[in-house]
Amino acid sequence: MSQEVVLDVGDLRMRYGTSDILHDVTFQARHGEVVALLGPNGAGKTTTIEILEGFRMRSAGRVSVLGVDPARADERWRARVGVVLQSWRDHGKWRVRELLAHLGSFYAAYSTERIRRPWDADELVAAVGLTGQAGQKIRMLSGGQRRRLDVAIGIVGRPELLFLDEPTAAFDPQARHEFHELVRGLAGDGATTVLLTTHDLDEAEKLADRIVVMDRGRIIADGSVRELARRIAGEDEVRWMRDGRAFTCSTAESTAFVRGLFAEYGEAIAELEVRRASLEQTYLALVRQAESVDEGVGR
Amino acid sequence: MNPAAGAVRAGWSRGLIELRQSFTDAGDLLGRLFWPVVLLVALFFLRDSAFASSGLALGTLALPSVLGMNVALAMVSMSQLLTADREDGTLLRAKATPNGMVGYLVGKIVVVSGGLVADLAIVVVPALFFVPGLSLGGPGGWVTIGWVLVLGLVAALPLGAVLGSVFTSPRSQGLITLPLLGLIAVSGIFYPIAALPGWVQWLGQAFPFYWLGLGMRSALLPGGAVAVEVGESWRHWETVGVLGVWAVAGLVVAPVVLRRMARRESGSSVASRRERALRRAG
Repeated sequence: MSQEVVLDVGDLRMRYGTSDILHDVTFQARHGEVVALLGPNGAGKTTTIEILEGFRMRSAGRVSVLGVDPARADERWRARVGVVLQSWRDHGKWRVRELLAHLGSFYAAYSTERIRRPWDADELVAAVGLTGQAGQKIRMLSGGQRRRLDVAIGIVGRPELLFLDEPTAAFDPQARHEFHELVRGLAGDGATTVLLTTHDLDEAEKLADRIVVMDRGRIIADGSVRELARRIAGEDEVRWMRDGRAFTCSTAESTAFVRGLFAEYGEAIAELEVRRASLEQTYLALVRQAESVDEGVGR
Repeated sequence: MNPAAGAVRAGWSRGLIELRQSFTDAGDLLGRLFWPVVLLVALFFLRDSAFASSGLALGTLALPSVLGMNVALAMVSMSQLLTADREDGTLLRAKATPNGMVGYLVGKIVVVSGGLVADLAIVVVPALFFVPGLSLGGPGGWVTIGWVLVLGLVAALPLGAVLGSVFTSPRSQGLITLPLLGLIAVSGIFYPIAALPGWVQWLGQAFPFYWLGLGMRSALLPGGAVAVEVGESWRHWETVGVLGVWAVAGLVVAPVVLRRMARRESGSSVASRRERALRRAG
């Protein structure tokens, strides 16, 4: 992974009337990284991503996407960015392959030596698993199929940066698994940086190299899953059996704890299980922490 | 390839694809045929009632006028398509695509213009069999039809784009239907304008409907029919003048309004419109 910063957001603010939606949002994404914006509904994830997509004007702050301010970006920049929004229901009368070929044709002028644009329509249809539906009218697709088409449209121009807003909201587990494979494949070859929003912790943990947690317009944590977990002490859970009885203990230092356990009881320990702090616990702790700080300020 | 030229080409093929859809989709086809059939039925019943002393049947006068009206109504098609595309996210999709807005607009122009030509043919071809006294065939007539059609579209499409940008939902689109019907009533489409009171004549002549009807009448009616027109003249220069003023005004205002409207489009604005629509339905 190169160290080139693809996405650079500093002190981003968004204000509607008198209420601030975003407060000094600051984060970066490096080339080839998958970054998840995680947070409860109303945290400001969609507002943030829409500003980065160039669809919304910010009130203040510094934003650089692929080295360009999206508020002043041109069509060349647009060709390097892929967008998958929360809900699309456009082009219902078009056929799947027909629409991909049509939208792809806008990218042909931006093909380079390094990045061949657009993605061939047949290959793309196959890549998102819609070969069976290639000739079908789009309004006839199921929710999951429609979403995969949305992703296909998002990547038809082989974007250097892909925005995914709640990409798997209406997916069944099978579709979700396939979608995760697809995104990992995109990010895996290092050509595409991905910024996704989600409130699905499991998804963030599976897909993201790094997680940025937002709550009520602020970033309350930023790091890899491990880093975030480490920041919250006492979260690993150790379970074992001794003399036919089950034990459970939560500890921040699970490795040292287990070493001590064996030193004391040796062979008597059975069915040892160490559960790393889950993202869910970390996340809930972070949000709780942020809220108690806020209440403290309010008083 | 130059990106903008590529987008125009993509827009052209987009227009053809959507035009094809509008003739193969059952719902669209029904919508497309409904008004022409109503008009043909009306013309059929008007074919024998003579207008005053001109010796021409009302139906004969009305057919070319109706064609002119249809040209002006391309404005409404444009406006409705724009509003619908805004509501379902098509426009935002165009915005997310490099030069997508250029392609989108070229596509819409092709769809509306192509659809209009088809609509005109749907009315004219059957009408030729039962509407008496038309003078179709001279090359001069076809040239007139051509320039009236083109100038009419250049006037109507930007106005439609402005209306489509201003009205945000298909429901509010309904608001423009009533004033338009009133305008058509005073534009000499179904009854010669010269027979109406003076101030109504002025009102009718301020808008494109009257002039498009007049242009079409000049192309399709025998020379003697000019006797029922204002000033007993086809007034081609005035037609070019009024339609030209509307065209220039539309072409100046439309890009500003379209840009402003497009700038405001975002995922959440599409989502909130969708929620409103669902609430109404539910």
